[in-house]
Amino acid sequence: MSDWRRRLSPTGNTGDAFFRAAMFAVALLMLLLVVAMIWALASHSMLSIRRFGFGFLTSREWNPIKDQFGALAFIYGTIVSSLIALVISVPLSLGIAIFLVEQAPVYLSRPITFLVELLAAIPSVVYGLWGIFVLAPFLRVYVEPPLARWFGWLPMFQGPITGIGLFTGGIILAIMVTPIISAVVRDVLSAVPNTQREAALALGATKWETTRVVLVNGAPGIAGAVILGLGRAIGETMAVTMVIGNRPEISLSFFQPSYTLASVVANEFTEATADIYLSSLVELGLILFFVTFIVNAIARMLVWKVTRKTSSVGMAV
Amino acid sequence: MTALTALCTIVAVGILLIILSYIAMRGIGALNLRFLVDSPRPVGEGGGIGNAIVGSALLLVLSCVVGIPLGISTGVYLSEFGGGLFASVVRFLVDTLTGIPSIVTGVFVYAVIVLRMGHFSALAGGIALALIMIPIVARTTEEMIKLVPHSLREGALALGAPQWRVTLGVVIPAAASGIATGAMLAVARVSGETAPLLFTAFGSRFFPRNLNEPIASLTVQIYNYAISPYDEWHAQAWAATLVLMTLILSINILVRFLTRKKF
Repeated sequence: MSDWRRRLSPTGNTGDAFFRAAMFAVALLMLLLVVAMIWALASHSMLSIRRFGFGFLTSREWNPIKDQFGALAFIYGTIVSSLIALVISVPLSLGIAIFLVEQAPVYLSRPITFLVELLAAIPSVVYGLWGIFVLAPFLRVYVEPPLARWFGWLPMFQGPITGIGLFTGGIILAIMVTPIISAVVRDVLSAVPNTQREAALALGATKWETTRVVLVNGAPGIAGAVILGLGRAIGETMAVTMVIGNRPEISLSFFQPSYTLASVVANEFTEATADIYLSSLVELGLILFFVTFIVNAIARMLVWKVTRKTSSVGMAV
Repeated sequence: MTALTALCTIVAVGILLIILSYIAMRGIGALNLRFLVDSPRPVGEGGGIGNAIVGSALLLVLSCVVGIPLGISTGVYLSEFGGGLFASVVRFLVDTLTGIPSIVTGVFVYAVIVLRMGHFSALAGGIALALIMIPIVARTTEEMIKLVPHSLREGALALGAPQWRVTLGVVIPAAASGIATGAMLAVARVSGETAPLLFTAFGSRFFPRNLNEPIASLTVQIYNYAISPYDEWHAQAWAATLVLMTLILSINILVRFLTRKKF
């Protein structure tokens, strides 16, 4: 290649080669970061993995005094509180997204979208503070007694009412994941082509029937949004720690104190003096890492499928 | 049906307004100038959050210094050289990193930095926050650069500029305002983080003297006061929350104001 062509070519330039290498190095750093995360968490939980093996996941005993550690109580607390959150927040988020995309006029939907997104901007610790002093007393007095009276025949709604426990944790999580799920569902619904709506309307469908067509079209993306919300609920730490009661017990009752994977790490990490204690806590972190990684990967793929063209989903959350 | 969906929206907005008004009402009581500049004192003697404000500011500066350049570079790589398999893998990892619980980031930084150094430090806290910022900044940078019209790029290339000058001199300046708002949102998000600071920056009852020792932060202070048994500290937690929320809300409203025309 002659000299002038090399200088003009976008790749045959030392400056370009250097720039490209520098940017590549940073991107490689991101890859190494994830590898380092897995390696660091795995190596520090080795002690616990060797000692307890798979029994760690199925043992419900968490006893720092006897050096016996099992994660079952935390896995149970995490799953149940996240499920309570989803049962409440999914219909709520769907309603919000449908209202903002399909029904509200622009002069209403813009400011309301901003307000709903502000819910996601409130820090976890602030939700926790509000949860302890406002939400928990409110639920104890006005919500939990009627639930116990009407649904007391279900084991979930039996037992002493304290306001601190799985139920309060689930409610606070529901408030926290609603803006996330509704933001993604909104993007998904906006990505459904208008021709679908026009076709339905032309066939004589009512407004609500048209919305149902749109929902069916966006179904995989909506599923992705729900799973994304699940991932967020599983990993949410401070707010849950402050209202769930922090007791490693498995109880069918929603009113009883419980514990989640994230909150036990937050609460006991600095107290862990024995090596095996610390190692068990890091192993809980490792479990949390893999679970949220897989949940997020599934969610991203589902959402990408629907909104590939319009994007901005990654930024919304 | 519209009534039902409107009700859902009213519930969400209502909860937001309830939370914000509680923070304003309960926070304003304990808030005064002395509270903003004093450091914490034992129960009954007042005290303030001056050291926590300074600590949070230092932690944010640290996390920006580390996180923003790395985040922007990753975003530039993804948008400018993002066609291949490697870039797809990086994009996927960056996306999933945004979903990793921040407490796990805290455990990671504890294992790699705090254990090596042998003590909690502001440095470790800042790096933990930076790790949370990087994926957010990277993804917004990529999206913003994608919005830059292709004609700008082609114009610069046609004038004979090499690609690195096109990217640094034309594309990035054109996307600068978008990248800046992305960075601001990342700062807002990180300024509310508590979990990754619990066992990296740890907390302190004094004003920071250097970055190599434990440092206070607003969020950890709020947490410690909220779970304490003292009414006076509860009041201080609400006041500190008011300060924190003022910062976060102003950033969000500012970003909203800046991006008003584009979206």
